[in-house]
Amino acid sequence: MWNPKAECLSREELEELKLERLKSTVRHAYENVPFYRRKFQEAGIKPEDIRSLEDIRHLPFTTKEDLRENYPFGLFAVPLKEIVRIHASSGTTGKPTVVGYTREDIEVWSEVMARTLGMANASSEDVVQIAYGYGLFTGGLGVHYGAEKIGCTVIPTSGGNTKRQIMLMRDFGTTILCCTPSYACYLAEVMAELGVSPRELKLRAGLFGAEPWSEGMRREIESNLGIEALDIYGLSEIIGPGVAAECLCKEGLHIWEDHFLPEVIDPATGEPLPPGEEGELVFTTLTKRGFPVIRYRTRDISFLLPEPCACGRTHIRMGRVKGRTDDMLIIRGVNVFPSQIEEVLLSLGYTEPHYLLVVDRERRLDVLEVWVEVSEDIFRDEVRGLEELEEKIRREIEAVLGIAVKVRLVEPKTIQRSEGKAKRIVDRRDLK
Amino acid sequence: MTVKQISVFLENKSGRLAAVARLLASRGVNIRALSIADTSDFGILRLIVDRPEEAYRALKEEGFTVSLTDVLAVAVPDRPGGLAPALEALSEANLNIEYLYAFVARHADQALVLLKVNDRERAVKVLEEAGFKVPSPDEIYSL
Repeated sequence: MWNPKAECLSREELEELKLERLKSTVRHAYENVPFYRRKFQEAGIKPEDIRSLEDIRHLPFTTKEDLRENYPFGLFAVPLKEIVRIHASSGTTGKPTVVGYTREDIEVWSEVMARTLGMANASSEDVVQIAYGYGLFTGGLGVHYGAEKIGCTVIPTSGGNTKRQIMLMRDFGTTILCCTPSYACYLAEVMAELGVSPRELKLRAGLFGAEPWSEGMRREIESNLGIEALDIYGLSEIIGPGVAAECLCKEGLHIWEDHFLPEVIDPATGEPLPPGEEGELVFTTLTKRGFPVIRYRTRDISFLLPEPCACGRTHIRMGRVKGRTDDMLIIRGVNVFPSQIEEVLLSLGYTEPHYLLVVDRERRLDVLEVWVEVSEDIFRDEVRGLEELEEKIRREIEAVLGIAVKVRLVEPKTIQRSEGKAKRIVDRRDLK
Repeated sequence: MTVKQISVFLENKSGRLAAVARLLASRGVNIRALSIADTSDFGILRLIVDRPEEAYRALKEEGFTVSLTDVLAVAVPDRPGGLAPALEALSEANLNIEYLYAFVARHADQALVLLKVNDRERAVKVLEEAGFKVPSPDEIYSL
């Protein structure tokens, strides 16, 4: 554990700390960000109205659109001279969202990321290979500062150049790998092609995040790379990687509650949901100065697990993110997440399944086609054999989703490989 | 007596078969026989070539899903009624044919039939006992 005192605070101490910090954050935002002041005034709320943690529900939400509309620095709460770092989203779906950090914010970020690496018992003995993208994306540098804070030996490979990643992993004796889970699968695939066995490596753990993944994918990665694979969670709007992470119990991700206050709401009504119920995650930052965020709607679907964890950490856990409100497909009224399809394929014995969900609308009816690459381990020499396979996949997916799908077997490498977040959906529905 | 057949998974889209043929041509691999089993979405291309191991490696390197399958070749007279007795012999021995395709060799009055059966060793015995010639793999590759 990186910081046992903070990670094992009693619940009472945590609640007290959270309230004190929430009050301070709300006041800071109100006083320094005209956007928040206006929104609070519209909602008839003043900072002094926040007397308990429950009162948070009176505060308005912040959305990605709010961030875009205030491009670039409209939501910064300190003058630019106090900002030491800026990160931004790619802006592929509009203006990028821009976030800024003071020196203290970078310190907080390094602290929560160090705790996150501590989940895999990282120490100064470890060699950490960071294959998240460096640059404006928060992944690379976020993990980097946390690993350096611990004193790990850091290899900042960034994403891409897969063969070199593998060579460095072997030659430098990487012990902990950090990247997206889909890239970890791809690395394992290329290692197998190159004839590099995980036994030649010193790899013992991996921290994977930045996209939803499944329990089945964890089993694949763990067996193909011979490591403990842990799920980590974060988003640039809140701080970057390090908002929450799994401990070795692998039963939910501890949210660093002394820095981030989580809620789960009904995405349709915005009403808070009780612990255990699935909905959209909402975060309020509790210590950030440069870019405080009040009730940010993440669009990630999860739930909160308040029961104590066997690892001894007292911070509340969240369930594995199942998908996003925006990558959730609604097919004939049924919610479909790519991770569900992945689970089915893995349960049928596929290793590293490459699949794509293609949605169309035919005669006003949604049609879901699941493309599955035929790898050598499932290829059969007979049409009947392949048709049986198709049929089996179809039946299993239908049993899980409760809707009819069409399965299409495609040639290897038909589905685009990713060095970042995997693209799992092609939605061709014309919703005019 | 086992002939190595190359099986390749192909999607039903234009140019895929040509891509295989081009690749094999570039490696100087000669195709002796070829058959395609297809559905509306995909097909399985089956090939007998002069250098199966090499063709297998080349296709694999190019990213095709490919396997080497053991099949059996039998020579039958190239005239009406040439094939029937061979099939009858197999049927009487309760041997199941999973698929079959034929090709005619250039320098003989014999047609060659390639068979995938559930019990290859017994099939060879049955066919030879019924008076058919089962050519060796080398004879097939070097036709």
